[in-house]
Amino acid sequence: MVKTVPEAENPQIPAEPPAAPAAVSVPTPTVSHPEVVDNAIERPVFETRDLAVRYAGKPAVLGVSLKVPEKEITAFIGPSGCGKSTILRCLDRMNDLIPSATVEGTVLYHGHDLYGPGVDPVQVRKRIGMVFQKPNPFPKSIYENIAFGPRVLGLKGNMDEMVETALRRASLWDDVKDRLKDNAFGMSGGQQQRLCIARALATDPDVLLMDEPCSALDPISTGRIEDLMHELKNSVSIVIVTHNMQQAARVSDRTAFFIVDLDGGEDRRIGRLVEYGPTGRIFTNPHDTRTEEYVTGKFG
Amino acid sequence: MAFDPLLHRASAPEEDVIAGLGSRGAGSLLRDRAFILCLILLTSVGLVVLGVLLVTTGSDGIPQINADFINNFPSAFPERAGIQSAIWGTLWLMGVVAVVIIPLGVATALYLEEYADRSKWWNRAIEVNIQNLAAVPSIVYGILGLAYIVRGPLSLGRTVIAGGLTLALVVLPVVIITSREAIRAVPPSIKEGALALGATHWQAIWRQILPSSIPGIATGVILSLSRAIGETAPLILVGAATFVAFNPTGLDSPFTALPLQIFSWVSQPNSDFQAKAAAAIVVLLLILVLLNAVAIWLRSRFQRRW
Amino acid sequence: MEASSAAGRDTTPGIEEVLGVARRHSGEKVIKAVLFLAAATSVLITLGIVLSLAGETIQFFRDEAVTVGGFLTDANWTPLFKDPEFGVRPLVQGTLVITLIGMLVSVPLGIGTAIYLSEYAPRRVRAFVKPTLELLAGVPTVVFGYFALTFFTPTLLNNILHLDVSVFNGLAGGIIVGVMIIPTVASVAEDAMAAVPSSLREGAYGLGASKRQVSTRVVVPAALSGIVAAIVLGASRAVGETMIVLIAAGQVPTTSVDPRNPMETMTAFIGATGKGDIPTGSTGYKAIFAVGFTLFIITLLINTVAIRFVRRFRQVYD
Repeated sequence: MVKTVPEAENPQIPAEPPAAPAAVSVPTPTVSHPEVVDNAIERPVFETRDLAVRYAGKPAVLGVSLKVPEKEITAFIGPSGCGKSTILRCLDRMNDLIPSATVEGTVLYHGHDLYGPGVDPVQVRKRIGMVFQKPNPFPKSIYENIAFGPRVLGLKGNMDEMVETALRRASLWDDVKDRLKDNAFGMSGGQQQRLCIARALATDPDVLLMDEPCSALDPISTGRIEDLMHELKNSVSIVIVTHNMQQAARVSDRTAFFIVDLDGGEDRRIGRLVEYGPTGRIFTNPHDTRTEEYVTGKFG
Repeated sequence: MAFDPLLHRASAPEEDVIAGLGSRGAGSLLRDRAFILCLILLTSVGLVVLGVLLVTTGSDGIPQINADFINNFPSAFPERAGIQSAIWGTLWLMGVVAVVIIPLGVATALYLEEYADRSKWWNRAIEVNIQNLAAVPSIVYGILGLAYIVRGPLSLGRTVIAGGLTLALVVLPVVIITSREAIRAVPPSIKEGALALGATHWQAIWRQILPSSIPGIATGVILSLSRAIGETAPLILVGAATFVAFNPTGLDSPFTALPLQIFSWVSQPNSDFQAKAAAAIVVLLLILVLLNAVAIWLRSRFQRRW
Repeated sequence: MEASSAAGRDTTPGIEEVLGVARRHSGEKVIKAVLFLAAATSVLITLGIVLSLAGETIQFFRDEAVTVGGFLTDANWTPLFKDPEFGVRPLVQGTLVITLIGMLVSVPLGIGTAIYLSEYAPRRVRAFVKPTLELLAGVPTVVFGYFALTFFTPTLLNNILHLDVSVFNGLAGGIIVGVMIIPTVASVAEDAMAAVPSSLREGAYGLGASKRQVSTRVVVPAALSGIVAAIVLGASRAVGETMIVLIAAGQVPTTSVDPRNPMETMTAFIGATGKGDIPTGSTGYKAIFAVGFTLFIITLLINTVAIRFVRRFRQVYD
């Protein structure tokens, strides 16, 4: 039998719905708007300078400069296709997995260039945890899911304790302590997502990146995850991408607003950072009219 | 397209349209019925032939099967001829085939699915090459085996290892193709999840992707083995003898195999031998059914719906 | 790790680990290299096939009795006779006749099966027919050969249909080869039809077409390149099939195209001549390779066409 392999587009590209057609056309993108770079943050976990990502040469998101503070929750919001997830994936070098993606500009992690020579993306991901849109537990027991991270990192110590600590931090311990050997696929969607958070916490990262972590969950599960984020921010810095403005308003300390710039026509959508600042100000007193239109629900 | 004159009339009286909705005309309906009947007939031919084949072979062969037939070695006298050495030869061959194709096939599939950059010409060449190999007639592999494995560079002689290697080459493309499908069926989110936890690419493969795809790979391996078990033509060229009155003692031992024994008996003018061939076919088919049952069981028991 | 201490900034503890030297990459590279070598083995196999065939084929044509022109045009193939003749035409012709008969059987049966399974069959019928076809595909060809020789020719062709055929004949060989490739043709063609988007079918139903019209005038044309691929793949398997023809069609190279008589295909010649003990370097030995090379080239050409068609229909609807 002869079989051809479908010319698979790269499976790692996050399944992003097509960009919202309603996005307004922007006259002139003002990247260097004074409010965009929030210089008030003194010891940022991340600092991006003029960050841009291209897929096969085509720009997806351009000119993103911002500082992510320590031990706070930073939200990236904006319409579909604005590049917020793409930027998030730059922060732990997950874009490296997409062969056609090129990253330009600078990402500093505690002042060190994340894309500098000699930096191993694997080492980067050990310190920076990530939670994805859809819960993606491994098809193994709950225990093995948590233990995976510490094992691949070669962490020494009592594995049972590590598993328990991680599950407690994700407030999942009481739900699952009696069925640690059960397959993770038997859990509810919300529990699966908290398991994925626990899994990320097991290696004790100092940042947690969350890519629309509640988009596949019901409101009650979403509420539990939001509560969890509030508890966690004492110990880790969190960056969350969300399409849900209310969620950003509820959980985040700072908000970055991205937009799809249709300058180059329909097939050349470019994501840009419009405004970044304390969440309260972004939602009550946005400096940019486009932010105002978005947060008041005029488009998006 | 359907050309219903009723619907295409410029101004159809309403009653006509409604009447037309009720019946499309006897002729058209008859043609539809005839068409379905025709398709069912065409479909059933293959199934009927299979049925007749199983029944005739079974009725010729099953009466011949007894302990002597299984325990005896080939003989010039049909009443004493048996398949012990053929069964052992086949088992030895399958051992060699499995040992070769599992690592080689899975490694190739992993390379193509996980590492190969398709923008590089050599990776595309490897893919096209495997597709082509899958369609090379098995007897051509037999010629390769004769020239390079039995004689020539490897010079292994007419031995179990030479026969096993040749059969392994025949089914290797099948293992590669099915293993690739099994690996591709593991959702990318599993790999992303592992990598995001700081696993290296290989750790993600070894601890997550590969374990998740094992049922699919195992199914492919079993199906390949069941193809290898029935392959006859390459073995003829590799020079397995058909009159081997002893079991293989090792990889360097001469051997015969079930399909070869069948071929040898079929070629005898004596119809008693042809009955022996039928009996050996029944044994071969039973082994195949058993292998396929294991594959189906594996598929239903372990295959995960993501 | 040295890299970060050189940077010398007072930062969060643990930062040194993040910017550590990529120490594990060497292991990853070794693994990738090993896997690449495994994948490259397949190229080595192809190379082995081509070299082994070409090498002895060149030796074959070096033989005084053999000329390229004679090989391609002579009407007799008697390499093992005292006065050998080396015209490959009878073998190619035998292969063509068998393949043609096989296709006459497998194309209508295979494509009819595909249309039935893809467009008509109720779920329960499908659940029975599909595995049964897989079973048919799994029957070893030596078994088909036995069936053709011991049942199909004497019982069906002679006794029931009263056809005047020899014990070994091209007709039985060709028909059973056709039965053997039904599953191949049916499954590839059905895949192609299943890939036709249902919106096309709905569009035709919307215009008032009947199911038969939708099947024959919408689905079949839309899946045409896939159906062609199925036929070409089937032909490639027919050309390469050995055991059925070796057992049931006989070993008489002939230029007669009457399928009631014995005929020999390229594969049957190789199988009949290459039985283990043939001396290396003998004319017969070299002839195996010359015929094998011819067979390899023919199937390679057919497969290239098939792969192209498969790719085309995948591109249209994927």
